[in-house]
Amino acid sequence: MADPFTVFTSRVVPLPAENVDTDQIVPARYLKATDKAGLADALFRDWRYNEDGSLKEPRFVLDQPGMAGRKILLVGDNFGAGSSREHAPWALTAWGVRAILSTSYADIFRSNSLKNGVLPIVVDVETHARLFELLAGDPDAELTVDLAEQGVLLPDGSTIDFDIDPFAKQMILADTDELGYLLSKDAEISAWEATHSPRVDTLAGAR
Amino acid sequence: MTTPRTIVEKIWDDHVVSQDPGAPAVLAVDLHLVHEVTSPQAFSGLRARGIGVRRPGQTVATADHSVPTTDRRLPIMDELAAAQIRQLDTNCAEFGIPVHGIGDPAQGIVHVIGPQLGLTQPGMTIVCGDSHTSTHGAFGALAFGIGTSEVEMVLATQTLLQRDPKTYEVRVDGRLTPGVSAKDVILALIARIGIGGGTGHVFEYTGGAIRGLTMDQRMTVCNMSIEGGARAGLIAPDDTTFEYLRGRPHAPQGAAWDAAVVRWRTLATDEGARYDRQITIDADTLEPMITYGTNPGMGIPITSRVPSPEEQTDPGQRRALEHALEYMDLRPGQAILGQKVDVVFVGSCTNGRISDLRLAASVLKDRHVADGVRLLVVPGSDEVKREAEREGLAEIFKAAGADWREAGCSMCIAMNGDQLNPGQYAVSTSNRNFEGRQGKGGRTFLASPLTAAASAIAGVVADPRRLPGIETLAAVGGR
Ligand code: SF4
Repeated sequence: MADPFTVFTSRVVPLPAENVDTDQIVPARYLKATDKAGLADALFRDWRYNEDGSLKEPRFVLDQPGMAGRKILLVGDNFGAGSSREHAPWALTAWGVRAILSTSYADIFRSNSLKNGVLPIVVDVETHARLFELLAGDPDAELTVDLAEQGVLLPDGSTIDFDIDPFAKQMILADTDELGYLLSKDAEISAWEATHSPRVDTLAGAR
Repeated sequence: MTTPRTIVEKIWDDHVVSQDPGAPAVLAVDLHLVHEVTSPQAFSGLRARGIGVRRPGQTVATADHSVPTTDRRLPIMDELAAAQIRQLDTNCAEFGIPVHGIGDPAQGIVHVIGPQLGLTQPGMTIVCGDSHTSTHGAFGALAFGIGTSEVEMVLATQTLLQRDPKTYEVRVDGRLTPGVSAKDVILALIARIGIGGGTGHVFEYTGGAIRGLTMDQRMTVCNMSIEGGARAGLIAPDDTTFEYLRGRPHAPQGAAWDAAVVRWRTLATDEGARYDRQITIDADTLEPMITYGTNPGMGIPITSRVPSPEEQTDPGQRRALEHALEYMDLRPGQAILGQKVDVVFVGSCTNGRISDLRLAASVLKDRHVADGVRLLVVPGSDEVKREAEREGLAEIFKAAGADWREAGCSMCIAMNGDQLNPGQYAVSTSNRNFEGRQGKGGRTFLASPLTAAASAIAGVVADPRRLPGIETLAAVGGR
């Protein structure tokens, strides 16, 4: 998990592509790692690098001047489609992304992001277009993301409100994880197991 | 009177352990499937916390994604892949989980071996750190892919935190015509609703055409639910389901079997139950489908032409189409039939089961792969491989000039060295045509095993309905 989530202000990386799939976010050949290290270089690998490891020209947005250190990604609709690989939010966090703005996300990606302290913020179509216009006019515009207040503050002083699963919000703000919560339900789980016999036993008679 | 419920609601209600106000439900998991790629960090997490696996007997592992499909007696050349596979064995040994690794007769793609072993059963909740877990929905199970953090949670607690999903009825009426198969049904659905069309929902496939499908074919349909954005997709169990399961190693036996069938029959969606969304597809009008772009929603009937960006009114979609056609090096308005092919891949958890290989073999029998085309046939499991060899399918493939391989994911994900070269075109029976999915710079046309085999012979994208004798191909659409 990244650092505990507080209010933060950052410039924005714009990436208008729609339906960006997790195979683009982290290509499969980087899934052979057995830990989480080194994934920042794998992020959008084939959009950023040539075969020989040099940067592509023209440079992909992440590698353009002034982009390093930005914590907010503004992307097209249905971001994170496809594979369930959690390497996608791991790589985003490793690069420094803390919040994403889009009109929608693929289910598994959204869930994986929330578990890694990356905030997948959903905005409506008009707001989405307005944000891209804002960045077209001022590529260095800063946004402030306030999770507790569920708002994104724009340079003109206006605020975009956003919805988030209240439970996920609580987990991120308290910097606790869902596993801790589930482990605290041990008594309930045991009670359920006492009245529901296992449907299968993979240890018995397996060939 | 109780409120009529869908099968999804019934399975859900059966598995809610507890739910705090405002929190997601704690959902019990009946079966957890594990593979080498998405589990190592989860096991490390358990070690860091000093906790074990709560229910090893409801967990099973296999190595599939990065295993080589070449001679199994040879050492694995890719050191990273070898390390990952060794790590799975070590983790499973340490935590007491049964593992079907390389050399085990039950090894295979995780979504092929679950059903094959009879572990996948109606009414169960099934999860795996893999988005194609939706495959198991073919048996009337609520089965969905999870991330690695969730893999760790299930290992530790045999439960997950979930919000109840919305339901989406996908009704397929009528009958499939010869040469059109389950793969074409699901590609047609995704072309219609788009790859985000099912987000937040679980598909329930209903209707006469679905009832008429074999279990292998139902698995093909459910497999690609995720490509339509739905985390799960399922089909209510019926006699076809029970016949498939009867006698499998982990299926109930004797009196327990009879009791299970009675219970399973109550799972079907009640008359009058409501779905959040609904779509109807007419099977009679479907043609073989093929994709032309870089996501599974970019699909067309095989006799159609590649769409033109100018006809797209939405600027985002226009940009996406332009980008896709550039990557694929295709011209707007060109025919897809006759497009040159370098590689044909038959396999994967979508179409790597025995009936898929039978379909491909029926086309390839007494024929030969076109000059310059490489045909790779990769069985979905070691058992599928043995069966194909028993039935003489392997001989047909080899005589046709195909490369007959060991079981694994292979060129579906190109992690194991089976991959396209930059710029090559493939007709593939797998499920994803994303940029670079089958090898960096590779270009994928997704299609059915029949279309793939027909294209291998022709050396270009070909319509399987034009092959002589296609009408008699056994049970392409029917039972
Ligand atoms: S065959 Fe392809 S889609 Fe299926 S589990 Fe393997 S890599 Fe994933």
